[in-house]
Amino acid sequence: MITIYERPQSLTANTMHYCPGCTHGIIHRLVAEVIDELDLREDTVGVCPVGCSVLAYNYFNLDMQQAAHGRAPAVATGIKRVHPAKVVFAYQGDGDLASIGAAEIVHAAARGEKISVIFVNNAIYGMTGGQMAPTTLIGQETTTSPNGRDAAVQGYPIRVAEMLATLEGSAYISRVSVHNNVNVIKAKAAIKKAFQTQLEGKGFSLVEILSTCPTNWGLTPLEAAKWLENNMIPYYPLGEFKAAKEVGS
Amino acid sequence: MAKVLMKGNEALGEAAVRAGCRFFFGYPITPQSELPHYLAQRLPEVGGLFLQAESEVAAINMVYGAAGAGARVMTSSSSVGISLKMEGISYIAGAELPCVIVNVVRGGPGLGGIQPAQSDYFQAVKGGGHGDYHLLVLAPASVQEMVDLMAKAFDLADKYRNPVMVLADGILGQMMEPVEFPAEILQELPAKPWATDGARGRGPNLINSLYLEPEKLEEHNHRLFEKYRQMQEQETMAENYHTDDAEVVVAAYGSTARIAKAAVDMARKEGIKAGLFRPVTLYPFPTEEINQACAKAKQVLAVEMSMGQMIEDVKLSLNCRLPVSFYGRVGGMVPSTRAVYNEISALAQKGGEQA
Ligand SMILES: Cc1ncc(C[n+]2csc(CCOP(=O)(O)OP(=O)(O)O)c2C)c(N)n1
Ligand code: SF4
Repeated sequence: MITIYERPQSLTANTMHYCPGCTHGIIHRLVAEVIDELDLREDTVGVCPVGCSVLAYNYFNLDMQQAAHGRAPAVATGIKRVHPAKVVFAYQGDGDLASIGAAEIVHAAARGEKISVIFVNNAIYGMTGGQMAPTTLIGQETTTSPNGRDAAVQGYPIRVAEMLATLEGSAYISRVSVHNNVNVIKAKAAIKKAFQTQLEGKGFSLVEILSTCPTNWGLTPLEAAKWLENNMIPYYPLGEFKAAKEVGS
Repeated sequence: MAKVLMKGNEALGEAAVRAGCRFFFGYPITPQSELPHYLAQRLPEVGGLFLQAESEVAAINMVYGAAGAGARVMTSSSSVGISLKMEGISYIAGAELPCVIVNVVRGGPGLGGIQPAQSDYFQAVKGGGHGDYHLLVLAPASVQEMVDLMAKAFDLADKYRNPVMVLADGILGQMMEPVEFPAEILQELPAKPWATDGARGRGPNLINSLYLEPEKLEEHNHRLFEKYRQMQEQETMAENYHTDDAEVVVAAYGSTARIAKAAVDMARKEGIKAGLFRPVTLYPFPTEEINQACAKAKQVLAVEMSMGQMIEDVKLSLNCRLPVSFYGRVGGMVPSTRAVYNEISALAQKGGEQA
């Protein structure tokens, strides 16, 4: 019998707590597959954020640290500096990374910290009840922007990938999405490139992944995937914003 | 090893290196800067890392990551910066990670001043951040004691898997005194099988302070407090000076205790039976020791560079069975020997009357 599909070694057998149609689970799986394929399961330390993925340590079959809200890049820095030969990644939501942890992510990138960041942008605060995130789109209704985000009051959504790509220490920065199969495959390739960038000692790497939150968007899983495609991708264009040419080749 | 003349802040740095500390993460602030300056030069010489973080918040979270990865690691700051570190310190205590935090205290609140103070006592001994937890707090009173306690701080942190704070002040940090270091740099550090260094040949390790189930979190809190109880039993340290027959006992820690000691000497010359009790561990507070030191006491005087913080632990320890008075200077003002002597002398005349 040929096995064509199985659980990656880097995932545990625990049932994930994510809502139906939430793409956090897909992203976990992609990260785990990449770690397996690069044979890094026993050489990797992950850092989970505060947000819906706070319990990611229950799902990754890896050494893990749970960080304070927004501080994952600083925690990852501490780990990487102690074990430079290990692979260290941080998994962060948009509130975690782009709001409360804005300073930590910018400076980790500026230092060229040899860590990889999986940045899950779902344009909302999932865990705390659908509040406005720094990535919430103009006009998007949330529990703290009930009439839609108004630029005059709440300012503009942050394009994290573009911003971090301006920093010298950033070696690989890209934005992908997981709203359909084609994009899932591309997302995995980007995650792999980020890890390879780290393995090759090139510098800081980050993959921004557009992700759905059907629960707080008030949409079905299928509607959510469509909404992402129609609303998020126009404002958050997909692609590589920075890449060291020779990586992974 | 021969004695060398050194500033307190620098001596803390060298002592950390000798104790096997190889990682420092911090953010600049007066009056502790000589410590990071020293380590920025010294740590790379021994294969260690000095990293200036973007903020105290980042620095303490780097300490969290490094401690969780199994390193001997420290940070230092002064009051204002320690407040910012409190989020991370609570997480470190919750996740039971060993590390050393130096606070060279300056006056507050707010931006306060840059001169010496002891106004962070509450913050240091009561926890400081959110949740039920304690730091183990050590208070040196000389540059030599800074060296000795720094080594002890790392060992205690590992022994209890708990953050340890070395609480100094601007006087101690800036003061130069002859000191002697341990001849050898410590090489053998305790094994940390719980650390996250890649799960090679074993199941995954987790560094975490999250317990979503109330039963589990309650259990965790009880486990932490069992550690604190053991510290109270095994780790309290104090110095007694002329307390055997003392009728007026001065309680003071850190540099204030040195001023108080001189005031006790003055009082003794005048025939007053005065003594000094100096807690070296501020948490756990040396409760038994202060009761012994006050066996003959009729009056107790707490002297601090604060509006009166340690005095609460003095009163609690003595169960209010003795009158406890207070003398303090704040804002960077330092009590004079004469002023403390005057307080002692007034109390001696009162005898056993309530203060
Ligand atoms: C210091 C602090 N402030 C606020 C919170 C509450 N909090 C928990 S998760 C969260 C937002 C998470 O949103 P995001 O990072 O977008 O992740 P998602 O849940 O959408 O995956 C907030 C504000 C906290 N835990 N700590
Ligand atoms: S609240 Fe949103 S982000 Fe969180 S698990 Fe549910 S769908 Fe996913």
